[in-house]
Amino acid sequence: MNPILIRGAQVRFPHLNIDRVADVLFEPGRVLGLDPSAEQAVGAEEVDGRGRWLIPGLVDMAARLREPGATHKADIRSEAVAALVNGITHLVVPPDTRPVIDSTAVVELILRRAREGRGATVHVIGALTHDMGEVSLAELGALRAAGCIAVGNIGRAIGNTDLLRRALQYAASLDLSVHLQAVDPWIGVGGVAHEGRVAVLQGLTGIPETTETLALSRDLMLVEEAGVRAHFGRLSCARSVSILADAKARGLPVTADVAMPQIYLNEHDVLPFRADAHLLPPLRSVADRDALRAALANGVIDAVCSDHQPHDPDAKLKPYPATEAGASGVDSFLGLGLKLVHEGLLSLETWLDRCALAPRRILGLALPSLDHGAVPDFVLLDAQAERSLTSATMVSRGKNTPFRGWRLPGRVDLVAIVDRLWIREP
Amino acid sequence: MSLQLTAEGRLRHLLTIDGLPRRLIEDLLDASDALRQVALRGNKKLPLLRGRTIVNLFFEASTRTRMTFELAAERLSADVVNLDVAASSTSKGESLLDTLATLEAMHCDMFVVRHPDSGAAHFIAEHAAPGVAVLNAGDGRHAHPTQALLDAYTIRRHKSRFEDLTIAVVGDVLHSRVARSELRAFGILGAGELRVIAPRTLLPPAIEELGVRVYTDMDAGIADADVIVMLRLQRERMRGVYLPSEGEYFQRYGLTAERLARAKPDCIVMHPGPMNRGIEIASEVADGPQSVILEQVSNGLAVRMAVMSHILGAQVPHLEISA
Repeated sequence: MNPILIRGAQVRFPHLNIDRVADVLFEPGRVLGLDPSAEQAVGAEEVDGRGRWLIPGLVDMAARLREPGATHKADIRSEAVAALVNGITHLVVPPDTRPVIDSTAVVELILRRAREGRGATVHVIGALTHDMGEVSLAELGALRAAGCIAVGNIGRAIGNTDLLRRALQYAASLDLSVHLQAVDPWIGVGGVAHEGRVAVLQGLTGIPETTETLALSRDLMLVEEAGVRAHFGRLSCARSVSILADAKARGLPVTADVAMPQIYLNEHDVLPFRADAHLLPPLRSVADRDALRAALANGVIDAVCSDHQPHDPDAKLKPYPATEAGASGVDSFLGLGLKLVHEGLLSLETWLDRCALAPRRILGLALPSLDHGAVPDFVLLDAQAERSLTSATMVSRGKNTPFRGWRLPGRVDLVAIVDRLWIREP
Repeated sequence: MSLQLTAEGRLRHLLTIDGLPRRLIEDLLDASDALRQVALRGNKKLPLLRGRTIVNLFFEASTRTRMTFELAAERLSADVVNLDVAASSTSKGESLLDTLATLEAMHCDMFVVRHPDSGAAHFIAEHAAPGVAVLNAGDGRHAHPTQALLDAYTIRRHKSRFEDLTIAVVGDVLHSRVARSELRAFGILGAGELRVIAPRTLLPPAIEELGVRVYTDMDAGIADADVIVMLRLQRERMRGVYLPSEGEYFQRYGLTAERLARAKPDCIVMHPGPMNRGIEIASEVADGPQSVILEQVSNGLAVRMAVMSHILGAQVPHLEISA
């Protein structure tokens, strides 16, 4: 394949202090350089980059691909490709697949399917405990050797605090990062909406914020004691933000993310019984939403993820409490992020930090570079173009989104990650 | 919530009391008045819904509610089909939507739905064929609008203006669709003061935002009340994380004659049934002169007839009481 020359794009790589119009020459697997000479670019296929931005590929800290275990909803190939064409070059799979990611066989299966699928680069979080249960540790060393980027309990609370304490100590001794989702195993079980005004009105079983704040406080104590690096995923309430800020001020090695829907929506979006807004953690109050926005802007929350959870149509075609929680997220992740820039909540640099750079630092991935010989990891997009989010425009197999019908900015024209290249058909 | 109202302000469905105009509720209560007379005649049937088919779709056990809906439809000369879900294909794994599609293929006009999930009636209304009405007969903890209307009707028969009334709702408000719908209905009708009385474990945390005064002390809460609505305490809540025991509940929240004396002398006592005697209410009160509990049942018939005729577009005649 010939090299590709992107001409005249606004290259925006804030971590390299690059924000200028430039030409980028690359070939699959390798960047050949910024502003190449005419001789260097001989034979290159040209892509018009004028009026477009060239930014680092986005990183999604949490995306369920539904394989293994629920391939009637989605599969690794479908979702990794959907992520890629939406500007996400890396995504992280939580361990709650079926079977859960507690053995090297499951890790290898996912990574092999991901390589075959040729979409976004897929990273895997291994389970912290065997079968994500309450009894024994998973083979964390083996999971790391098989390629897990971290270990964690995302998607299933650990109530056995003694086991959790040992697991964190063990992970620390292997220098593994731990990804946790703060959920108390008792409070709010069976809940389907934020325990607040809307749940009262609608007679929905509530999920109090204490399920999160209690688990977060508890886990932070154990994290501090174990001295492990910890990342808290999917925070949902204002109180969690202040608990996290205190922990950071104490110097704990902790980071956190929030799911994109939490930045835009609140408990009222569940009215009247909108199954697409049935999420876990639930959409909380307006004050919570505002605190999460502020924390994302000021960096107390380090990153935002799509929390991609594609479903088959039947999963949402039931009375609200019987529907499965979660929203398909990769198709709106870039647009909703860019909208925060257009709205003025985030600067361009901050958006790229929260969606692309901070996740790489948390995960220990290299920051994208445009130096000669670097691995391609970037996106060319038209930031002013708009499109409607509809079932027809969504690439993920899961069409379940609370943002259906929204006009979102940003059209991805080209994505390059290592040796995979996607270019929009003209 | 325009799902249940037409552009002209008539009910297309009745899913919740939420968002109903006061005038519409009053019209329904007026129509109930007229229809109540029918039950006093020799010939109790009216031809208002002749040729229409009403399906009672009950996904949750119920004796009296289903019976009154069935009787209401029959008194209006509609054809009634009862779908007992335990004996139907939903228990064989058929989805709710498939069940609906099957019933719609039989060209029925109205589904009367009871379902254990909050929002089930909305869901069915959203997916029902155009022209098929949905009447919510209780969905999860969400709403039980005809119960609220019949209770409002019962109050109206005994009291004058809602504005002058202090109404106390006692018991498991957290799990009660009746309480949610009643508080809404009484609020829309302009009730002077709405109170809820229960331990905090049986109250939703944001209940004050609904414009009610919260009492955790029964004696204080029923003082000078004009109307007391006792809620049924579900057996599975009596012991465990919500309450320590039935005995303790009755001690603190049971309605006894002695307690009732704290309310206004002409206070009426209501209960949506079925009652747990000796747990939320003492027999001497349930059967006492201030109890209107049995009247609620007969009023329920008239109110349900009124709602069914309204939704299906039948004009309720002004009936004269005649021998």
